[in-house]
Amino acid sequence: MHEMSIAMSIVEAVVANAQKEGAVRISGIDLLIGKLAGIEPESLKFCFSSASKGTLAEDAVLAIDEPEGIGECGECGMRFPVTFYYAECPECRSLRIKIVSGEEFLIQSITIEEEGE
Amino acid sequence: MCDTCGCSADGGAVLRKPGESDYHVHVTPDTEEHTHHHAGEEHHDHDHGHQHHHHEGTSRKIMLEQDVLQKNNLLAERNRGYFEARNILALNFLSSPGSGKTSLLEKFIPLLQQRFPVAVIEGDQQTTNDADRIHALGVPVIQINTGSGCHLDALMVNRAVKELDMQDNSLLCIENVGNLVCPALFDLGEALKVVIISVTEGDDKPLKYPTMFHEADLCMLNKIDLLPYVEFDVAKCRKNAMRVNHHLEWFEVSVKTGEGLDAWQEWLEKRLLHH
Repeated sequence: MHEMSIAMSIVEAVVANAQKEGAVRISGIDLLIGKLAGIEPESLKFCFSSASKGTLAEDAVLAIDEPEGIGECGECGMRFPVTFYYAECPECRSLRIKIVSGEEFLIQSITIEEEGE
Repeated sequence: MCDTCGCSADGGAVLRKPGESDYHVHVTPDTEEHTHHHAGEEHHDHDHGHQHHHHEGTSRKIMLEQDVLQKNNLLAERNRGYFEARNILALNFLSSPGSGKTSLLEKFIPLLQQRFPVAVIEGDQQTTNDADRIHALGVPVIQINTGSGCHLDALMVNRAVKELDMQDNSLLCIENVGNLVCPALFDLGEALKVVIISVTEGDDKPLKYPTMFHEADLCMLNKIDLLPYVEFDVAKCRKNAMRVNHHLEWFEVSVKTGEGLDAWQEWLEKRLLHH
């Protein structure tokens, strides 16, 4: 259940940024979690709801974008979709595959609410 | 509540030392460490209560593009810089519970410590059992009890290192919590990740837990003395591991009989001289 400590890191990071910006609450968080990043989005959402309790991020909606895995063959240079690390090049059958997309794990942006006087 | 000191530190990791039952340090995110001497003293988060006054009820999007694990990764880099400056080779040992991580350490450390100083950080949810075993070898050791945590992180290692009496030009073995999933994501500042599997676990382990094998630098297949009694195809396991990570260095050993450990010992000493 590393999703719990990850949810806590997210809360910590977004709250720090929101406070810096003078927000009264955070209404949305955009995350980029590649399909090969080793994170279960559903489990993360579940953990986030308890990790964010009592913070500026309590009511934030998590929007998770999940880019597909893309591998690049080290032999013939072909790019193709991969769902696992142990991909094989469909063109030349090489196993020397470099993952070029799908490992992203970013907080892209937050939407904050500000209150007037 | 901490069951040792009754303080309010909830859930966080705790450092312990073998043979010192009243020693324990809580790993907290602030720079102050809190020991059992100041139970009852609560750390209040400073509530700034400052509200900037902007226009009425507007919402605004702020671009961050920030790595979720940024804090851990930055701290891991600090650990790494410290290890490099003191010429300490830090290895992160990872495996499922029961693959033989502690037994491996017990086997090679006595041979190695005649030539190189060694220190050990042990990670487990509870008990100092592993640290007690390492302590018996006469090397400095710290136990990290992660409580409910399923992995070590860079902060825990950072704090543990401060409690360890480490020497220059030495080896630091970090034995992670037995788990083939979560520890793969957390950089501790180690030079290399060593993943251990044993022949009683099944030769498809690398395919079932690819993230770990993808992240590892070296794979050690342990308990090869049991091969006659189990259905385990070594060649297939190696092939599976290489499919996930073709850079993996591969060792086949039996910690029990000592078979294959010469090669590991040789590799390690070479690494200690030239890292």
